[in-house]
Amino acid sequence: MARAEPWQTAEISGPKKAHVITKPAVVVAMIKKAKRPIFVVGHKAVETELGEKKAIDFAIGLAKAAEIPVVATAHIVGEFIKRGFHPAAWMPAMDIGNRLKDSEWNGVDGEGQYDLALFMGMQYYMEWLILSGLKHFAYKHLTTISVDRFYQPHATWSFPNMKIEEWTKNLEDITSMLGEK
Amino acid sequence: MNIKIKELKTDVAVMKNLEVSVGRVLEETWAEPVGPTPFPSITDLREWDFKLLQRYKPFYLPFCDVCCLCTMGKCDLTGNKRGACGLNMAAQQARIVLLACSIGAATHTGHARHLLEHLIEKFGRSCPIDVGGINVDIEAPVTRLVTGIRPKTLGDLEEVLDYCETEVTHLLSACHTGQEGSNIDFESKALHAGMIDQVGMEVADMAQISAYSFPKADPEAPLTDIGWGVADVSKPVILVIGHNVPSSTGIIDYLTDKRLYNKVEVVGICCTAIDITRYSPSMAKIVGPISWQLRFIRSGIPDLIVVDEQCIRADALVEAQKIKTPVIASSPKNCLGLEDRTKSPAKEIISDLVEGKVPGVLILDPEKVGEVAAETVMAVAPKRKKFKSIPEIEEVIKAAQGCTQCNECRRACPNDLPIPYAMKAAAKGDLKPLSEILEDCIGCARCDSACPNDFPLHSFVVAASQKSLIKEKFKIRVGRGAIQDVEIRNVGGPIVLGEIPGVVALVGCANYPHGGREVAEMAEEFAKRRYIVTATGCAAMSIAMQKDEEGKTLYEKYPGDFDAGGIVNVGSCVSNPHIAGAAIKIASIFAKLPLRANYEEIADYVHTRVGAVGVAWGAMSQKAASIASGFWRLGVPVIVGPHGSKYRRMLLGRKDHEEDWYDYDARTGDRVYVGPTPEHLFYAAETKEEAMVMIAKLCIRPADTTKGRAVKLTHYIDLHRRLYGILPDDIHLFVRTKADIPITMKDEILKFLEKKKWKEGRIINIPTLLPRLIRERKE
Repeated sequence: MARAEPWQTAEISGPKKAHVITKPAVVVAMIKKAKRPIFVVGHKAVETELGEKKAIDFAIGLAKAAEIPVVATAHIVGEFIKRGFHPAAWMPAMDIGNRLKDSEWNGVDGEGQYDLALFMGMQYYMEWLILSGLKHFAYKHLTTISVDRFYQPHATWSFPNMKIEEWTKNLEDITSMLGEK
Repeated sequence: MNIKIKELKTDVAVMKNLEVSVGRVLEETWAEPVGPTPFPSITDLREWDFKLLQRYKPFYLPFCDVCCLCTMGKCDLTGNKRGACGLNMAAQQARIVLLACSIGAATHTGHARHLLEHLIEKFGRSCPIDVGGINVDIEAPVTRLVTGIRPKTLGDLEEVLDYCETEVTHLLSACHTGQEGSNIDFESKALHAGMIDQVGMEVADMAQISAYSFPKADPEAPLTDIGWGVADVSKPVILVIGHNVPSSTGIIDYLTDKRLYNKVEVVGICCTAIDITRYSPSMAKIVGPISWQLRFIRSGIPDLIVVDEQCIRADALVEAQKIKTPVIASSPKNCLGLEDRTKSPAKEIISDLVEGKVPGVLILDPEKVGEVAAETVMAVAPKRKKFKSIPEIEEVIKAAQGCTQCNECRRACPNDLPIPYAMKAAAKGDLKPLSEILEDCIGCARCDSACPNDFPLHSFVVAASQKSLIKEKFKIRVGRGAIQDVEIRNVGGPIVLGEIPGVVALVGCANYPHGGREVAEMAEEFAKRRYIVTATGCAAMSIAMQKDEEGKTLYEKYPGDFDAGGIVNVGSCVSNPHIAGAAIKIASIFAKLPLRANYEEIADYVHTRVGAVGVAWGAMSQKAASIASGFWRLGVPVIVGPHGSKYRRMLLGRKDHEEDWYDYDARTGDRVYVGPTPEHLFYAAETKEEAMVMIAKLCIRPADTTKGRAVKLTHYIDLHRRLYGILPDDIHLFVRTKADIPITMKDEILKFLEKKKWKEGRIINIPTLLPRLIRERKE
């Protein structure tokens, strides 16, 4: 695997950097351990191709295997529905970030705040900033994981920068391991 | 007011150098009484700010975990630790926001000061303020609202700027270590900076419209040329860059006086280009927005470059030297290390530039700039022969074959553009991917700096796009300036009642995620929907730079009236207060509210009734931050593009917190649920589609009539369904009674409301956030 450096060279975060996910089992363990996980998926999941599929297809596979509610950001809720998958909610990335920050939020289902948030598919820098907001202001109740292709230093856990093939393999492995109940 | 008397002899004494200061005298001839907050200090509107900030709470997005502003640091502020000075992360982020807004306000105020000093010197202190003749009675809505004075001459504007300068100094001082400690108070001060910024900008534009006879509130301001390919390259070309137009007018005046206007091309980039076409639409042309600087300079087309201030690349001189083009710096704020030749004879300066003895000069006299620029360019052009730094295609292909695919260029690119992939294709002779990159390129050239092979990658991209760039010619309507009072009378009612669904202000810089075309798409979408679309600065240029199948640009297709379906270019960055001013004038002219020094009440009116929203899709600068902040304090929400998330703070409402959305009914004093209207005050959208839906939603206001609300909901729901592929999930929050439901969607929405267990609510005609405005208090 590549070195754990921010994908955009100058996006240096500071003293507290994401733990590097060295193998898919780490993500699987975190999801299984979580009481209230949620998966936030941005618009680039619709644009990013992984072989013959799009990243959104992998997101759906992972969400189904983990039985995690999905929040679709930007305008991509329709793309989920076209694929026969209904996200638990859709809202702007800033709104879901702001709600995840709030320890009193009741969640999209009214059942309470989440303890684990997975992120995928926003512009690198926008995801970087939202994860920063959560690192600083939601650290008491929330763990974040970036399952994107590039290292996100503000997440609690992140993959390092990877080639598409490596990323695809990792997402497939996570989904498949989560499916083994 | 200061009175200075050199010598005063009376029966009892002889006094020398007597100076009497009598404080501020507000005009007595103006019948309107002075409102509660003339010349407000940094705390006078704090309560209003807190009302906004209570509803729209900050969501901080730290760019960095540390603070490094004093020598006790760096301080690690992660996890809400406190730094050595005691500041926590929230306050540090708010401090940075205030710093950005103060820089922006200082920049516009400094711009206005230099401009005003020059105009007073040239036209006199008694030169009358005239921004629209008989069509504009309220010539300075922002200045009147904030300061309580009604400027009549250029000289009257000096006091306004004195006030702005004092406030900016206080605001900046609040950023010092050991001053303000509360994030919310930093935020309040950032709003103050935004308001001051609006005043500074208004002064600048009023002064230049009046003195230079720019179009005066003219909906039919002429069309002029814009685009990379507009310059007649057979002539010597002067390129002007920046924002402060006197040196550019000096060039036009000299060319006119010497009857040289057919011999030299004058083209511009950024707001100085907009303003020089307001001065002379027949002689000046616009190349493009800020991001066009490198691509145009490197083309070798400019034979002389004149820079003034703001948004000019810091390496303009370096780039100019690469194409053997001399530079004239003309602003004290941007001297570029050049020798000050203001007092040298023009002939000497021209000779030094033509002979290449110096790469450029600093001239702080706009008239002299005109003479030196015109004479130099005619002598330099034949020698330069349009020497360029853009490589030939063969060189691009050869270099591409040496590319190691290290990805450093892509990792440096703000838009993550696939430059390595394009280089791989170029190595095989396929230049299409490289040329496609230009569409989304913001022209920063970080790729150049990052390349370990020192390949000028931005130049490669431009080289691959040369054929299309030459054809880049469009039409833009020259900035019209103010909105006429009669236009406000015509649209004030329909806007407040909601029948004109909103005013969309497309403003700001060109740091776009996908090029300027998205701004043009937004403009056309909302003009077609009969919103009023207004524009300034780089956004106004981007709107022009698309054509339909018939070859027409949006400015040729849509009228320039401030009316439903208009696309209204009001001008440059400093013209933004005409948009804020239009909202203020609706309150003053349509609703007949007192305007003079009555900020809080007018802002409350605008916030609850005027469905306006700002969109700064490519916001980049500190000026854009302060411009946005000026709209926030006035209660107008602003959407930025995804790069705008780097402003590190959003102001977000929570529609799921019902308790946040109660306004007072000013008639009865009842607190009434009004829904999340508008939902956010400052917010970065991830995609153009998301922004378009949010624009429609943020135009909804508590005071909409049922007919108006139905119109606004029609647009919101229709856009959401088209762009998201599904109905919105929050319609029930905006339907107050069944009469609000768009008639064509009635059955579908009734079903939706039933699912949400919606109950009919109340409509209040006079909503307010201010308890003091309640007319009949309940015991």
